Amino acid sequence: MSESTIDLKAIWNESGVQAVLDKLDAELIGLAPVKKRIREIASLLVVDKVRRDMQLAAGAPSLHMSFTGNPGTGKTTVAMRMADLLHTLGYSRTGHLVAVTRDDLVGQYIGHTAPKTKEVLKKAMGGVLFIDEAYYLYRPENERDYGQEAIEILLQVMENNRDDLVVILAGYADKMDQFFSANPGMQSRIAHHITFPDYSVEELEQIAALMTEQLGYTLSPSGRDALRQYLHRRIDQPWFANARSVRNAMERARLRHARRLVAHNDSHVDLAALTTIEAADLLASRVFDDGLAKEAL
Amino acid sequence: MMTNTGNRITQGQFSFLPDLTDAQITAQIKYALKNGWAVSIEYTDDPHPRNTYWEMYGNPMFDLKDPAGILLEINECRKTFPRHYIRVMAFNSSRGIESPAMSFIVNRPREEPGFGLTRQEGPGREVRYTITSYAAQKPEGERYS
Repeated sequence: MSESTIDLKAIWNESGVQAVLDKLDAELIGLAPVKKRIREIASLLVVDKVRRDMQLAAGAPSLHMSFTGNPGTGKTTVAMRMADLLHTLGYSRTGHLVAVTRDDLVGQYIGHTAPKTKEVLKKAMGGVLFIDEAYYLYRPENERDYGQEAIEILLQVMENNRDDLVVILAGYADKMDQFFSANPGMQSRIAHHITFPDYSVEELEQIAALMTEQLGYTLSPSGRDALRQYLHRRIDQPWFANARSVRNAMERARLRHARRLVAHNDSHVDLAALTTIEAADLLASRVFDDGLAKEAL
Repeated sequence: MMTNTGNRITQGQFSFLPDLTDAQITAQIKYALKNGWAVSIEYTDDPHPRNTYWEMYGNPMFDLKDPAGILLEINECRKTFPRHYIRVMAFNSSRGIESPAMSFIVNRPREEPGFGLTRQEGPGREVRYTITSYAAQKPEGERYS
């Protein structure tokens, strides 16, 4: 047995994995557990490669995942990215994503479910199958529901075609817990249960900054302060949906920005005025008056 | 000298070669998908060379990106019809061609009895020849054990 050593760092650098991780860090804010898990999978890829070069056995890992978290925490976004990622890391042959919900898997009459589910699975082979709101597949109160059949076909394919297909389930945490406790087979086949934590105010600020940039605007410094105050108050209000709420807030800020420009005495606007969102556009929100609970009137 | 021991029917591509392994079938299907051809699976138990239209097993799969899904279907077809001939066809739908580009057999019955020559005498002592399959003398479904 030779005493040769292998430089993992060199292999890491030439596999292009670092570029993937850097891109992920830049484009997605927060999501620490997700990024940690992806880093682990990337490390596994590099080590697997080295092991295979040394003629050691390296079975394909099970990559089925479950994303749980509150609304607006980035589950669907990350799933879309995951297909690309796994393809770059070499775990997925084609790296295409097929996103389905219950309606695409379950049929309306006897004999309809199996072919429907199999068609979807065939289309997803070689890539990633993303099942959003997976708990709707299981409807215990209706015994004539065909969701259980779809689940069984899924379980079989998840086990037998592990090298061909990666299945990602997503949904809200409490409902997914219920779904898994009712289907232990599904839970045991899923190797990676990843929770998407709620964003902190700093992370939401960064997300808002990214979103305004994508929309072609910039926040003035006073606007940024106003945004921080807005987020501190909004988090405690009901129906807070993390990044989605931030997106809605920035859309409303755009509306107020436009209204402010149009209602201004001086109708001439320069580029700076057109692209800068000021504090006034954010402070006009109801959140600063009495909060949203009042809108129930 | 026999050139076709075992009476294997030689219809389609690769029919003079030993049976293709699953890995080789996957490679062929990958080639078909790369060219954008629709892959379909057909089966029959009538081996006559003029039997062009075999029974379809499911619809043609033209929106798949990976051979694994098609291999799934092939193995299911083999399980359902273990004693039939099963072939995989790739259809080229580009304008002006619109015909099968590939067609190869992926499953055969264990024993193929082969063909016999039939002579029919006509007016003026003219003899017409045709071939009939020994298997086709039994009804459909009972042809191969």
